[in-house]
Amino acid sequence: MTHHQPKIDTSPKVSDEVRKTTCYMCACRCGINVHMKDGKVAYIEGNRDHPVNKGVLCAKGSAGIMQVNAPSRLRAPLKRVGPRGSGEFEEISWDEALQIAADWLEPIREENPEKLAFFTGRDQSQSFTSFWAQNFGTPNYAAHGGFCSVNMAAAGIYTMGGAFWEFGQPDWDHTKLFMLFGVAEDHDSNPIKIGIGKIKARGARVIGVNPIRSGYNAVADDWVGITPGTDGLFILSLIHELMKAGKIDLDYLARYTNAPVLVNGDEKSPDYGLFLRDEDGKPLVIDRKTGKLTAFDKPGVRPDLHATHRAAGVTHRPVMHLMAERYLDKQYAPEAVAERCGIKADKIRTIAAELARVAFDEAFELDHEWTDFRGEKHTKMMGRPVSFHSMRGVSAHSNGFQTCRALHVLQIILGTVEVPGGFRFKPPYPKPVSAHPKPHAKVTPGSPLNGPHLGFVQGPDDLVLKEDGSAGRIDKAFTWENPMSSHGLMHMVISNAHAGDPYKIDTLFMYMANMSWNSSMNTKGVMEMLTDTDENGDYVIPRIIYSDAYSSEMVAYSDLILPDTTYLERHDCISLLDRPICEADGAADAIRWPVIEPDRDVRGFQTVLVQLANKMKLPGFTNDDGSAKYEDYADYMVNHERRPGIGPLAGWRMGDKGLQHGRGAPNEGQLNSYIANGGFFVKHIPEAAAYYKPWSKEYQDWAVGMGIYDSPQPYIFDLYVETMRKFQLAAEGHGDRQPPDHLRERIKATMDPLPIWYAPFEDDNVDTAEFPVHALTQRPMAMYHSWGTQNAWLRQIHGRNPLYVPTKIWKANGFAEGDWASVTSAHGEIIVPVAHMAALNENTIWTWNAIGKRKGAWALGEDASEATKGFLLNHLIHELQPPKGDGLRWSNSDPITGQAAWFDLRVKVAKASAPPDVSQPAFDPIKSPVAKGPSELTWKVGK
Amino acid sequence: MTTLPESTTRKLGLVIDLDTCVGCHACVVSCKGWNTENYGAPLSDQNAYDGAGSGTFLNRVHSYEVQPLATSEMPHPAAQLIHFPKSCLHCEDAPCVTVCPTGASYKRVEDGIVLVNESDCIGCGLCAWACPYGARELDAAEGVMKKCTLCVDRIYNENLPEVDRAPACVRTCPAGARHFGDFADPESNVSKLTAERGGMDLMPEQETKPVNKYLPPRPKDQMDHAGDIDILAPFLEPVMEEPKGFLGWLDKALEKI
Amino acid sequence: MHPAPSVIVFTTLSGLGFGLLFFLGLGLPDVSGWVAFVFFAIGFGLAVGGLLASTFHLGHPERAMKAFSQWRSSWLSREGVAAVAALATMGLYAAGVIFLDTRIAVLGWIGALLSLATVYATSMIYAQLKTVPRWKTALTPALLMSISLAGGALLAGQIALAQILLPIAAVIQVIWWVRGDGALQGSGTDMASATGLGPIGDVRAFEPPHTGTNYLLRELVFQVGRKHALKVRVVAVLLGFILPLLLIFIPYAHVSVLVAVILHLMGIAASRWLFFAEAEHVVGLYYGKR
Repeated sequence: MTHHQPKIDTSPKVSDEVRKTTCYMCACRCGINVHMKDGKVAYIEGNRDHPVNKGVLCAKGSAGIMQVNAPSRLRAPLKRVGPRGSGEFEEISWDEALQIAADWLEPIREENPEKLAFFTGRDQSQSFTSFWAQNFGTPNYAAHGGFCSVNMAAAGIYTMGGAFWEFGQPDWDHTKLFMLFGVAEDHDSNPIKIGIGKIKARGARVIGVNPIRSGYNAVADDWVGITPGTDGLFILSLIHELMKAGKIDLDYLARYTNAPVLVNGDEKSPDYGLFLRDEDGKPLVIDRKTGKLTAFDKPGVRPDLHATHRAAGVTHRPVMHLMAERYLDKQYAPEAVAERCGIKADKIRTIAAELARVAFDEAFELDHEWTDFRGEKHTKMMGRPVSFHSMRGVSAHSNGFQTCRALHVLQIILGTVEVPGGFRFKPPYPKPVSAHPKPHAKVTPGSPLNGPHLGFVQGPDDLVLKEDGSAGRIDKAFTWENPMSSHGLMHMVISNAHAGDPYKIDTLFMYMANMSWNSSMNTKGVMEMLTDTDENGDYVIPRIIYSDAYSSEMVAYSDLILPDTTYLERHDCISLLDRPICEADGAADAIRWPVIEPDRDVRGFQTVLVQLANKMKLPGFTNDDGSAKYEDYADYMVNHERRPGIGPLAGWRMGDKGLQHGRGAPNEGQLNSYIANGGFFVKHIPEAAAYYKPWSKEYQDWAVGMGIYDSPQPYIFDLYVETMRKFQLAAEGHGDRQPPDHLRERIKATMDPLPIWYAPFEDDNVDTAEFPVHALTQRPMAMYHSWGTQNAWLRQIHGRNPLYVPTKIWKANGFAEGDWASVTSAHGEIIVPVAHMAALNENTIWTWNAIGKRKGAWALGEDASEATKGFLLNHLIHELQPPKGDGLRWSNSDPITGQAAWFDLRVKVAKASAPPDVSQPAFDPIKSPVAKGPSELTWKVGK
Repeated sequence: MTTLPESTTRKLGLVIDLDTCVGCHACVVSCKGWNTENYGAPLSDQNAYDGAGSGTFLNRVHSYEVQPLATSEMPHPAAQLIHFPKSCLHCEDAPCVTVCPTGASYKRVEDGIVLVNESDCIGCGLCAWACPYGARELDAAEGVMKKCTLCVDRIYNENLPEVDRAPACVRTCPAGARHFGDFADPESNVSKLTAERGGMDLMPEQETKPVNKYLPPRPKDQMDHAGDIDILAPFLEPVMEEPKGFLGWLDKALEKI
Repeated sequence: MHPAPSVIVFTTLSGLGFGLLFFLGLGLPDVSGWVAFVFFAIGFGLAVGGLLASTFHLGHPERAMKAFSQWRSSWLSREGVAAVAALATMGLYAAGVIFLDTRIAVLGWIGALLSLATVYATSMIYAQLKTVPRWKTALTPALLMSISLAGGALLAGQIALAQILLPIAAVIQVIWWVRGDGALQGSGTDMASATGLGPIGDVRAFEPPHTGTNYLLRELVFQVGRKHALKVRVVAVLLGFILPLLLIFIPYAHVSVLVAVILHLMGIAASRWLFFAEAEHVVGLYYGKR
């Protein structure tokens, strides 16, 4: 019998047109091909040419089509008509909306710009939004870094001029041992998956250090199920073992780090612990060839890691000595840390030995010639195929900054940063602290701020304090409470504004920040603060303007809603001035452009800011003749110049002889060039500049040509951070600017210039016998932040979140499938469904973050599983630590950077005696400003 | 025709690498997107914005926890988590094809792809009953059986650049855990991977002869082996015990550079 | 397996209908005229009603005609062909008996065989499925056919035969249950073979692929409590076999036979509910359900 089968068309038309833009389903910024049919989005796939994702695309990216048709999209500007929190609004015109906003903002600007707090959440256009805030004149601007991952960023920049994620990546093609720290699998997600895939294809080893064995840790060859908050201790133990065995890269340390720099050893000196410097202020080393004190960067100098300098009866020792003294101490021996870390001493030793074996026994060389900043020519590049990376978990503790520092010190002593096989920076990094701005907060009514808001302090003089010593910023960033808070403290804004501490504000202006739900600690408290009234019946926070594309929980708590577009309907720029999309091999930036036009009365938020600026005639937006400089954001992207020849976009600028990259005058056709090139621009780094970037003349010159620096900025890595020592000196009584007395001891203890470990603060503040369990959250790879959950496809994958419970606690409570648990912290209680997970640290519970939704939000039905079975852990966490009995309330943050210490949380777990119908706490439904979505979807745009 | 071809010219299918899959669901949603817009009826979703949501998907990622047994070498082995993508395996002896009463289900003779001719499908569901892998889902809106087509409308599609003529799930997989090729060719990437990494069949006892193969996870947590530290110990031979000793070593070591 | 009412109704009614037609085809009881009309009408009503019910669960019932095409390979197709052949043959035969008072015996025998073949084909739809170990046994056709014959005998008033056939069906039913309870375990298919991860250790389902539900879970994965199932089994045996048997041992009375038939039908419906509800599809293993 012959086989009959139908004939099918195996070459159907795929689309009418492909429009290439940049994804915004998370912060990864992948290139996407948007396939169009009949003018509608038919299919989205990754762009193969794009430097970030090289063609691949994650679940979120592929689900973008469901974001563009989401019923939760806001449809027009809204004015609140009911009480705050009710969700009662009326739709108004843009003219009216902009007029209301201008009427609120203009008097503030004229009288006291600090009365505006402008915080932009998951904003990816911070170089623009900060420019707007700067021109408005308020000091109160930041995005969400302070509650997310400033420890990660700041520790990296203070130590080595760059960090993980957008700042750098492992040398995936050469590394043979990859060690990944930290809970969460969100940032830089496709590049990391691509990299892990490359490693796995070669059969190279992956070690995962994470209390939870999910995601990347599930494919790790070896798993270290560490106790939360002890990563720093574990890392210092690895450093102990490596130093003890002499398995450190002495040549690298001598040449490229401050290990040989001499530290003032005179205990009586106000400079005790600071570097010895020459007249030019350059740190001094002893030249091994001459035995003489020499500036560290003098051509030909061979810095000595060993020699000391004796003067006036005092011995000044190099950093290397201090490190030996610190880390060879038995307190860091594997046996001493094993129990606290939850890792067997033998395993710590095995990992240290494996790091040593691969770094030194599998070292290799690439035949690339390069020249270092001291003028020495090298014929080869030494490769150490060990690489490290970390997700945000290690940083979300009150010891997070020091822990991140410790990790960088570990990779530096192994000599694996910016070498083949190790960790590599992505342009515009490396960039030392000295090349970053300092914070600025000088307010002049009616005038711009005196400089960029956020930056990197280099000592007490750079703190943002008023004459009376009180905080200059509403979030108290850059104060003695958290001196190095480079990203601001968005999580403190509402509670500080509500308390009028350090001062009262008039208008809170927010963007993409779901503060009345998953983006706040103490969610219920925040709702109360947002709706609280004073004795006159007026809201304590008088006015709230909010911009979001979707009907998030925060909408109901705002007075004026400026509806944003979806990411396929807007112009955007992912700029080298901001968080760019570069890879280690090239500088790159990208745009978004409207591949479809909005079908609603909405406008891109950045364009709205331009329009508001024009209405108020803000200086940076207004020509001398009073006319507007920019019509909209696209106009700004093309025509704005931050410095002469440097604009938001580096590609296709106008030079003397035609188009050029990096520097150049604005080019009216620039966006078309981007669109023709797939929505991005990339310029590859020459081979000689591929590694050793902080010290390579070839790289530095290339970076200057690209406009990344104005002049070469070579530097050495700061194993010892002198800035931190300056804060300690102040706490010891030196200098004019003095911390308040109650903070002195904490500053002395935590601002150690060499990485230390101390227990997370919550361990001291609560009875760990009563609250023995650590509680964590992470985002699933198929969901991100708060803006994806109303997505019809993704919500089927993660429509509710169980509390994952390890075997020990599961058995102790007699849990069974379908049970509910009561989870209690010092701050609150939740009652939620449980699930068993064996591959989990035995004292840790966790859940997926931001799955739980409030009834009425996101255009979901009230029976949506997100609102019935989903929940937030946020209810258990407070922005302040529990009272200690000293009359003070200490913030639940890292004392150095102010990063929210989400993961310090301690809880107790018990089986719920009477399981509720819905997860607790449950809140009343809010009224939805948009209609509910259809119950059935059959989404096919082509016929 | 409902009967299976005696043999197929090529045996197209997937290799899924369980050692590499991080469980990101990229393949799931890419598949949903392509197959909603292309081959046959869209993959519909019920309770799209309420309840728990229930839609048609042709590829789903399960996850399993595996507890290794204790041995004298590893007395306390850690549990492992394995992400497990699953879609149609395009079996050589596909029971879903032979049970079909209308001939809508068939296996292509040229490449072995198992397809449903939707215009002949009465939606009886028997093929889903016959499939041990849960590869077929009856679309609630359209009333016909949906399944993985191995992107038959991509892999030969002359409107796509040649490099993109692969199933959507393979093209999108960020970790490169999915591979597409011809198992009838011993020199193909998929045949070689299967041979090198011990590619396995799911439910071999069901005798469906799946074309798709799964690469098992590599052995994990080898560092927990008692004895591993003994092998590596020389790498941690102390150069001294006290900090002072370290500085002496340092001086000597620096001489050698 | 999801115990869909349409399928339970279909197999219960059509099994009984074809059982009755089988006996009518053999001339048991040997009736004619109006009495024959009533008997045949009941037989056809049950068989056709059942078949119609079975189309309720189709996604596209309007395409049902296509289902006759694949008789060479598909038991479902064969069932359709056999049913149509049986009904057509029995229709001709019945027309002769009712209107012409002529009994064409050969036609009746062929019709009887085709009726039995239809029940067999129905049973093989289930018995062929390796994916449902509880069904994958020669006992499944034995069970469905013995029930069909016992019910048919009862309905045809063949009390003596029913007195033999009912106990036989009951015994097969109990054996079928006992065997079925160990079938999944004995099939060699378990989570280890489903995932291929068995060589590493004990396999446990962790997160489901989607937190929402899906067709597979609705259609193929149905979990019934052990205690609950046992109760239903007792009910099924009592109503389906024991009570009807007791009733037909009471001296012959139409009423008691009618009651016996109704009880039997209820019992078989319960048995059929269990037939699906207790049947474990191996795909459940991927979801950690068994």
